[in-house]
Amino acid sequence: MKAALRMAIVAAGLLIVWQAVVSATGAQPFILPGPAAVAAALVRHFELLLSHAGTTLAEILLGLCLGATLGAFSALVIAHVRPARLWLLPVLVASQAVPVFAIAPVLVLWLGYGMASKVAMAVLIIFFPVTAAFYDGLSRTDPGWLDLARSMGASRWRQLLHLRIPAALPACSSGLRVATAVAPIGAVVGEWVGASAGLGYLMLHANARMQVDLMFAALLVLAAMALILYFTVDRLLRFAVPWQADTLWQEQEKEPAQS
Amino acid sequence: MGGAASDVEFAVDIRGAALSYGGVPLFDGLDIRLEAGLWTCLLGPSGVGKTSLLRLIAGLDGAAAGRVRAGPVAYMGQNDLLLPWASALDNAVLGARLRGERSDIERARRLLAEVGLEASSETRPATLSGGERQRVALVRTLMEDRAVVLMDEPFGSLDAITRHAMQDLAARLLAGRTVLLVTHDPLEALRLGDRVHIMTGRPAVLESLPLPDLAPPRDVRDPAVLAAQGDLLARLAA
Repeated sequence: MKAALRMAIVAAGLLIVWQAVVSATGAQPFILPGPAAVAAALVRHFELLLSHAGTTLAEILLGLCLGATLGAFSALVIAHVRPARLWLLPVLVASQAVPVFAIAPVLVLWLGYGMASKVAMAVLIIFFPVTAAFYDGLSRTDPGWLDLARSMGASRWRQLLHLRIPAALPACSSGLRVATAVAPIGAVVGEWVGASAGLGYLMLHANARMQVDLMFAALLVLAAMALILYFTVDRLLRFAVPWQADTLWQEQEKEPAQS
Repeated sequence: MGGAASDVEFAVDIRGAALSYGGVPLFDGLDIRLEAGLWTCLLGPSGVGKTSLLRLIAGLDGAAAGRVRAGPVAYMGQNDLLLPWASALDNAVLGARLRGERSDIERARRLLAEVGLEASSETRPATLSGGERQRVALVRTLMEDRAVVLMDEPFGSLDAITRHAMQDLAARLLAGRTVLLVTHDPLEALRLGDRVHIMTGRPAVLESLPLPDLAPPRDVRDPAVLAAQGDLLARLAA
């Protein structure tokens, strides 16, 4: 409730600043349209925006699912299989040296103007933070737990299943949060390079046709979508990893009063 | 219940144990025998190698040399080592789950009730007190149902009152088993030990201590126990 109010105040503040800049500079509407013009464009092109947003959202969600699954799988392989760690880890790190922007045209060339190339972009950008964070978590299991497990006669496989994976979930969810935040980048870059649908495609076209109000409206929809996605994933992860308590100062200060 | 090893007079026999860290020998040619069904307590200054000796018996230290004759053991460490994501009950049956066996939920519930945690079996460790957590760890150790139990300062992090209660509880629930208890607390060793050894020096040697002529767990108000505690404290501090 309080958080919603705070968000509303922040949003209102940003709108006021935006309008103030427009009024103060007397910017032309094709350079910087005011909030009212963008809102009007939002209403006028609502159906167009909605259909393109659907495409982009589908790309992001598909990329997120595929990227997270692949990332988690590769982290498990790297953590559990020694040769994979020795041979694959350097390759993974090196792969991150190639900017996604640079391979976007190649992906479009290979996978076409449809959704596949955008999903592939999103997967490429999501894959690494998930792998890195989950692998980090998997390799930092409390040695005391592992001693205990060995004294109990646990196989490596069961140690992985019952100790290492649950213990790595908080780290993994940090990776997933980062992945969720960067996922829209992958999809939109893919749409810029070559597409026939999606918010990135719409923005590029609107820009070329001097429909700057529509471009801003698309940007607004994209930002709103990314925010909602992030907070949904964050909420889901908190639900899935409930033993990971917040230990920020504020939360700790509240504690004595409660108990 | 216990006494699985009662047909021989010792449950664990270590001959010529040797272990060094960074070229410095912690112990070399160390012998120790844990008599079946008795509590052996190990006292000594920090860093002398008590925990290493215990890990050697538990088979957790691959670098150590020596002849170890010990069956499967149950191990209870300095921290409770409870899994934060699992309930008290799930923590109690961890061993069976890790071996892929069917876990004896009924027995775990009974033991949790016996340590006074009947109502907390579905609770996660974060909401339990230090003493409660250590009681869950004790139940987990008991669920392993081993003849030999190795405990590394299991009550070191508890306050004096809780520790006292835990000692009584452990003495009762582990009766009949062969126990090696590593501790910093002279009174704890004097209360619980059928045998008490002091480990000193580098490479470390063991020395057996005379004990008050009472059956453990000994009464802390007994003058002989108190006098022995005084002597022991003075000795360890010297």
